[in-house]
Amino acid sequence: MLYATASQTVGPYLHIGLNGLNCADLTASAPELAGQRIVIEGRVTDPDGEPVPDGMVEIWQANPAGRYRHPDDARELPLVPGFTGFGRVPTEADGSFRFVTVKPGTVPGPDGRPQAPHIMVSVFMRGLVKHVATRMYFPDEAAANAADAVLALVPAERRGTLIASDAGNGTLRWDVALQGQGETVFFDI
Amino acid sequence: MTRLAQYRRPYWDTQPEYRFDPYASTQKRSPGQPLIALPQSLSEVTGPTFGAEFVREGDNDLTVGNGGEPIGERILVTGRVLDENGRPVPNALIEVWQANAAGRYVHKRDQHDAPLDPHFSGEGRTVTDASGRYQFKTIKPGAYPWRNHHNAWRPQHIHFSLFGNAYATRLVTQMYFPGDPLLPFDPIFNCVPDEKARDRLVASLDWETTQPEYALGYHFDIVLRGRDATPME
Repeated sequence: MLYATASQTVGPYLHIGLNGLNCADLTASAPELAGQRIVIEGRVTDPDGEPVPDGMVEIWQANPAGRYRHPDDARELPLVPGFTGFGRVPTEADGSFRFVTVKPGTVPGPDGRPQAPHIMVSVFMRGLVKHVATRMYFPDEAAANAADAVLALVPAERRGTLIASDAGNGTLRWDVALQGQGETVFFDI
Repeated sequence: MTRLAQYRRPYWDTQPEYRFDPYASTQKRSPGQPLIALPQSLSEVTGPTFGAEFVREGDNDLTVGNGGEPIGERILVTGRVLDENGRPVPNALIEVWQANAAGRYVHKRDQHDAPLDPHFSGEGRTVTDASGRYQFKTIKPGAYPWRNHHNAWRPQHIHFSLFGNAYATRLVTQMYFPGDPLLPFDPIFNCVPDEKARDRLVASLDWETTQPEYALGYHFDIVLRGRDATPME
């Protein structure tokens, strides 16, 4: 058996190699995409509340029918031409990031029970020797969130860090705090 | 409902911990709370797939495309992308970036007083073939100073970013060069606790791919997390 190669930080110059795949608007390449359009806006901060201006945020999500564009998701649900489910943006000088996408449908958990709709999020930056993995959940899914097996693993007082807030006009606000006050929950997957 | 085959957790000490005080930026840029372990669902065992359509011809040759030959020691970096079960990972996108031969990045944040090379952007991309093989042509990056501690210098390295087949296999790493005297002093290289795991980040000189009178070859295999053969009960 082999051992997985060790992770190393992306460093401060990640943009040179990674900007080529940037995608802030997941809807742009999918003209037939239906579903609820959403904008996700947030900021990445360190424990002093300082912005992280040199990071990168990636998202991965199912389409509005709850189907992932991937060979392992063989369920008989429609794929949407041009919708990959992948987004990537660098953080701005004020630590902010922004995605335009659609609300994903429901996908099953490991036990087959439905999970609450969620978007998978990875954050990379200088100083992170391996990326952090988290999830963003939706504020208008209180019942599904309450029944979600992943959220149930999170101490109640920290669950809120995974749930976006409704900023109006289809915009969701969701910040990532690396450490300290209001630290975002990160997962070992 | 069939349980999903899970991607294995890292073997002890082969991956760094988030906080490694000698690498000063980790002190604030690391989670303070323990991570919460998740059983993998479809969300984790799927992930973005990027095929050859994301790569243009010449994207794996960092010595072309900028109006002339860059200054530096021309090298060929080849290897395979495998999983922990030893199986090749075909059609895997690899993104790379690096400093030029003088140790300078084409980046607004890099203020190191070393020359930029108008013929070198330091960016490359490729996709593995059916047997998991990849190849880049580039120039050997230079060492450069950074401000982690007094007289801190990064060893020569190339950054690699891969997705593999799943969200769970995402990997960003760095490839180093054999015999680099800076390796023992580099907190980024040494954040990996296991010595053998560190050694696997160092490429080997490769006579098989070295082209006489033209370029030295270096070999660097990358291993992504492997999946259990049978679904978890």
